Amino acid sequence: MSAALLIDILLWGSVFGVGLIAFRRGPPVFKASLREGSMDFINIVPRIALGVIGSGYIAAIIPQEVITGWLGPDSGWLGIATAVVAGAATPGGPVIGFSIGTVALKSGGGVPQVVAYVVAWALFAFQRVILWEIPFMPARFVWFRCAASVPFPFVAAGIAMVIGKP
Amino acid sequence: MSEPSPKTPAPAEDAESEPRPGRVRKPIGWSTIIIAVLVAVSAALVWRRDGTDGVLDILTHDLSLFSGILPRVLAGCLLGAFISEILPHEKVSRSLGPKSGLMGLLIGTAFGAILPGGPFTAYPVASALLAVGADFGATIAMVVSWTLIGYGRAVAWEIPIMGTDFTLWRILISLPLPVLAGALGRFVYVRLYPKPERKGDET
Repeated sequence: MSAALLIDILLWGSVFGVGLIAFRRGPPVFKASLREGSMDFINIVPRIALGVIGSGYIAAIIPQEVITGWLGPDSGWLGIATAVVAGAATPGGPVIGFSIGTVALKSGGGVPQVVAYVVAWALFAFQRVILWEIPFMPARFVWFRCAASVPFPFVAAGIAMVIGKP
Repeated sequence: MSEPSPKTPAPAEDAESEPRPGRVRKPIGWSTIIIAVLVAVSAALVWRRDGTDGVLDILTHDLSLFSGILPRVLAGCLLGAFISEILPHEKVSRSLGPKSGLMGLLIGTAFGAILPGGPFTAYPVASALLAVGADFGATIAMVVSWTLIGYGRAVAWEIPIMGTDFTLWRILISLPLPVLAGALGRFVYVRLYPKPERKGDET
């Protein structure tokens, strides 16, 4: 709860800060961006609603056990590739993603595989892409960003293999 | 930008004062339709498995989640709007544009790492950067940096769940990745779309 409060304070503090800068440029600038921001908000709400409500249903048909199963002790690059797919397919928010990573570490999953999983989750988790990235960003940017990110869970796992455990 | 123009929807402004390119608001696009179909199918599967109660359970849970998220979405949209209004366009396209080189990718990375808030800030702000002249490379660096080395999620979730050692070590490993992802994105982009994209006006 306190972390959420801190995030909100930082967030609204930043809004206030840039809003003040805009206001100093003159009330028309301030009003224009206020209107622009509100219009963005109104336009985005239906898609956020679809994303939030929809990802709940999608998450419900991808049980967590399926993901955990993919993150077995299967070592090597095949295991890393599986971990990447598992990261992208993990439903739910950060609690679920990181908890699955912790469980995998504790139950004997390889460290590079877990790193690949966490990085892939951060980059591709479908729920975040559907819920946030697609509504806000141009579609072409989203697929471009995802495509350009594909190698990097593997790079991270490779670095983890080279420099060793934490 | 010395004299910010008030919002003018008409494109017929002289090139000098450069009216704000106004972010593209997509109508219902194919991605929305695909998601809607995916949701409908998933909801139908949940209904078959758990009955009406199962469907309603998820609905009420997600509706409360949704109402909690809304104010933050508003904050993110306002942040994006203000930032795109106060950032000088020429400076942004110089320091984050297609010709900004490694420096642009590093600035994007640094920006993503210090950005406060969650996805409700990162994506509106990234979208604003694109609108005021950042290229795909620098914006990719920013988004990837936010998700991999940004402190928000690490402090709020990763450290408590995965432990400080793992988190710091994982962030250390991730440090070079945003710049590399941005460089890869930019490298591919200029080859796929050799001509600079026209964003409303000539820029």
